[in-house]
Amino acid sequence: MRNAFFQTLTQIAGQDDRVMFLTGDLGFKLFDEFATRYPDRFLNMGVSEANMVSVAAGLALSGKRPFTYSIAPFSTMRCLEQIRNDLCGMNAPVVVVGTGGGYAYGVNGSTHHGIDDIAAMRAVPGMTVVCPCDPRETAQATRALIDLGAPAYLRLGRAGEAMLPGTEKAFSLGDPTVLRQGDFVALLASGQIAEEALHAAELLARRGVSPAVLSVHTVKPLGSLVEHVRRRAFDVLFVVEEHGPCGGLSEAIAAKLAALSSHPRVIPITAPDRLVHDVGTQAFLRRAAGLDAQSIARVVLNTMEDQP
Amino acid sequence: MTEFERIAKRVRKQILIMSSTAKAPHVASALSCVEILVALYFKVANVWPERPDAPERDRILLSKGHGCTALYACLAERGFFPVSRLAAYANDGSSMGLHPVRGALPGVEASTGSLGHGLGLGIGMAVAARMDRTGARVFTVLSDGECNEGSVWEAALWAPAHNLDNLVAVIDFNKLQATGRSTELTCLSPLPAKWEAFGWDVSEIDGHDLRAVTEALESPPDRKPRAVIAHTVKGKGVSFMEDETEWHYSPPSPNELERALAELEEVP
Repeated sequence: MRNAFFQTLTQIAGQDDRVMFLTGDLGFKLFDEFATRYPDRFLNMGVSEANMVSVAAGLALSGKRPFTYSIAPFSTMRCLEQIRNDLCGMNAPVVVVGTGGGYAYGVNGSTHHGIDDIAAMRAVPGMTVVCPCDPRETAQATRALIDLGAPAYLRLGRAGEAMLPGTEKAFSLGDPTVLRQGDFVALLASGQIAEEALHAAELLARRGVSPAVLSVHTVKPLGSLVEHVRRRAFDVLFVVEEHGPCGGLSEAIAAKLAALSSHPRVIPITAPDRLVHDVGTQAFLRRAAGLDAQSIARVVLNTMEDQP
Repeated sequence: MTEFERIAKRVRKQILIMSSTAKAPHVASALSCVEILVALYFKVANVWPERPDAPERDRILLSKGHGCTALYACLAERGFFPVSRLAAYANDGSSMGLHPVRGALPGVEASTGSLGHGLGLGIGMAVAARMDRTGARVFTVLSDGECNEGSVWEAALWAPAHNLDNLVAVIDFNKLQATGRSTELTCLSPLPAKWEAFGWDVSEIDGHDLRAVTEALESPPDRKPRAVIAHTVKGKGVSFMEDETEWHYSPPSPNELERALAELEEVP
């Protein structure tokens, strides 16, 4: 996803000379092509995330379209108030990019895990929050956020994510991408955990449950999601996110649906509300959090057994 | 008294009237940066009230947003909007709050209030001006208490490494922050040496001497950003407010306002 992001950014920069890239001293070798082609539009801000965001705001208020880049917790929470006041407070069109959403930086430990970044970004008034599920959606989202012209958070995974079926279709902010058609049950995933949700759906299909799988790339605003799930008349929505239980997609969806006179059940499948002490690969930490395909499928089956 | 000094006196009066009428705090913080803002708006900076959004304008950022009555009064005196509009200060539904908001008034370049934002914003604007060759300079006014914020020093580290010679940071060094002496709460002194060590072209001046302020702001630095350490007195111009912590918070009562305005009149 990082490669897709950098390739797309470099392409856009060739067509739009407002585009700039600011890094908090991360992205070694990844940003080389951008920096070589557009040296005056590449700023290495050093390990100073707060200053990076304020500088990006100053650039944006002067007509530029900057992207700021660091690992998810650093690019969001370290400089949260700068994002709130300098970006959203002045509607400065800056895209904050957080790489390593979820447990992508697994063995680096919890300082590097993005399991509360979405909550932090959703809480900021006026922020758009986008979590693409694969490299193709990353490229589409990057382009869409330039066109948005308002502050936004783009949450990436890391490297090696698979291309998921369904993302080749047209992309529009706020319209979830259907990765798999299904009936009665839907798995709504934000970000690259959609791949596990798809695998879970395949496991479930062998057990007689055929869930739809959606990539809810736009976590804020939810856009057409509620309309979509109502139209399809799902009985149960399983919301799968590589993020803690507070403030992410599950709560966003539940809050929207709860206001309706009738609505499907919403079952969150999230990481625990805990900063982990034991490190491990992303696959290990997903298993430990119950976010691997088998665990997701188990939750679905158990729930469906109890479902009237 | 020069025309320049008469403007500074009018700005001080407006600050006192606004604070007293609205019963709003920060009167002393505003009084300490009057000459800095008057020098910028009336002598140094290229700004045009009839074209507040001109791309080539110099940017003036009041990073110490709590001193905004000084900013509002300067903008009004300079013709960005009628002086009569100052009466709306801190009223219900007014665009003029206790901290300035970009877009709410012509001439306000940044929403500030939380400290430690203006220098980074200024860097962004200065970089953009250099890229676009607009010739615009950026002046950002900080308080000494604001220099407690880590983000100020993040910005201070970066700007000299990029030779941002169109950026000026003015530190309104009035030696008092909200609840105590700024030179005692943290190890702020020696302040000029700190900025110099960070790579800035430093000048140290009497921040109430309009000529000294103007010279320090006008003379172009040599491939470096400039830091102007302006020694000031919090509450300057009103004897009973000068260097007194209380006036960070207390608005002048009608009686105190009368005394303060009378004092300003006595100055030859």
